[in-house]
Amino acid sequence: MPEMITNWLNTHEIFTATTILHYWSGLVTTVQLVFLSLIIGLVLSVPLAVMRTSRNLLISGPVWVYTYLFRGTPLLIQLYVIYYGIGVIDGIQDTFWWDIFKAPFYPALLAFVLNTAAYTTEIIRGAMVATPQGEIEAAKAYGMSWFKRLRRIVLPSAARRAVQAYSNEVIFMLHASAIASVVTIVDLTGAARDIYSRFYAPFDAFIAVALIYMALTFTLIFCFRKLERHLLRHLKPANG
Amino acid sequence: MNRLIVAASCALALMAGSAQTQAKDWKDIRIAFDVPYEPFEYKTPDGELTGFEVDLARAMCKDLKANCEFVIQSWDGMIPGLLARKFDAIMSSMSITPERAEQVLFSEPYYNTPGAWFGRKGTNIDVTDKDALKGKIVGVQRGTTMDTYVTNELGGIVQVKRYTTADDMVLDLEAQRLDLVFVDYPVGEQTILSKDGFTVVGKPVKLGEGVGVAMRKRDKDLAAKINASLKKLKNNGTYDTIMKKYFAYDVKM
Repeated sequence: MPEMITNWLNTHEIFTATTILHYWSGLVTTVQLVFLSLIIGLVLSVPLAVMRTSRNLLISGPVWVYTYLFRGTPLLIQLYVIYYGIGVIDGIQDTFWWDIFKAPFYPALLAFVLNTAAYTTEIIRGAMVATPQGEIEAAKAYGMSWFKRLRRIVLPSAARRAVQAYSNEVIFMLHASAIASVVTIVDLTGAARDIYSRFYAPFDAFIAVALIYMALTFTLIFCFRKLERHLLRHLKPANG
Repeated sequence: MNRLIVAASCALALMAGSAQTQAKDWKDIRIAFDVPYEPFEYKTPDGELTGFEVDLARAMCKDLKANCEFVIQSWDGMIPGLLARKFDAIMSSMSITPERAEQVLFSEPYYNTPGAWFGRKGTNIDVTDKDALKGKIVGVQRGTTMDTYVTNELGGIVQVKRYTTADDMVLDLEAQRLDLVFVDYPVGEQTILSKDGFTVVGKPVKLGEGVGVAMRKRDKDLAAKINASLKKLKNNGTYDTIMKKYFAYDVKM
């Protein structure tokens, strides 16, 4: 079997060991970028969603403006503004910030985090607002404080309702990350573009990368289905 | 039996048809350019197509006594357009590379511009010294001969960043995200040196096999005609006159 693979690689013009390594490093970059931005975005979005449901306009207002801005503009524009915008701030090249924002990875991560956090905030807020009033009243009757109610009743049941919408956000984020290649990041799409322009074979280069994205997406869907089954097991019809 | 005869006669007719196209006398040649790519092909303010390669193509057509039609085609669709017979030849600064030669038939090269290093003013790097280049961040245009050169010769030494357009590359050079840029000298002259604060670093480097006319692989007769004509123009001084009109340096090959 390994012999077959090496033979195939040796006779094939485009999929050589070098290009496969190039795809591999692109895959690693894509996974890193998407995973980090989703984790940080999720951590940020829970407190933001709580703020967003506040009746106090001074608390919910700024969060509303933030989610409105980042959901109202294309991610590509946000990426351009952050990547090229940071570069033209006067004197930034002399501060320690430049060590972070010189490479394209961190500006892209920042753009992705801000974008996904905005969407996730709205997903969680929607799920929180849909908490049945009776559950909250019951919790109040037990004498639970606001924070205890949030922690024990509102957030856990909101998480169950949000997980399906959130799985879509995760998949969209994976696909949206393809634009990272416009700011010189060699992610999966960037690797495909390099290989395309080297061999003038658009179909081979891009179909290979499409299959990798598809495999990643199916893995995500599978994991989320497991998670949904676990979280929503109380809704399963009783077995006869 | 009848069917067989019909099939056979169809096949014969097809063969005769292709034989006819084979014997094309090339009185009409359609040549494709991607504009603007100054000073090789661009449009004057009143819309006339001009430039080094356009003038060379006109001289070639005059020499071949052919009726030439110039087609504007964007770069991405160049080779597909040629193979789909939208035009017969590409004279749009297409460098001869083994990968492209798989798809198209190239004439003898008719020019070669050097690649050159560009940096911010005050950049003092010896670009011929691999130790001095170690760890530097170098920008190139994806898929160009400059890209191939840097990737193959300096791959493990410098950090290569690939760009689609030269403009994005200049922005990153300005923002100090790049230490050096390695591009085709005329492109760098147009997009980088036209702005303040940039300079050529070191000496230009001659790269690659040069630029050739690209044709479909089957059109060997056209290639022979074009090669003969280019040779004539290079020898009788026409080429030099056109070159001096557009360049202050030698691009002849």
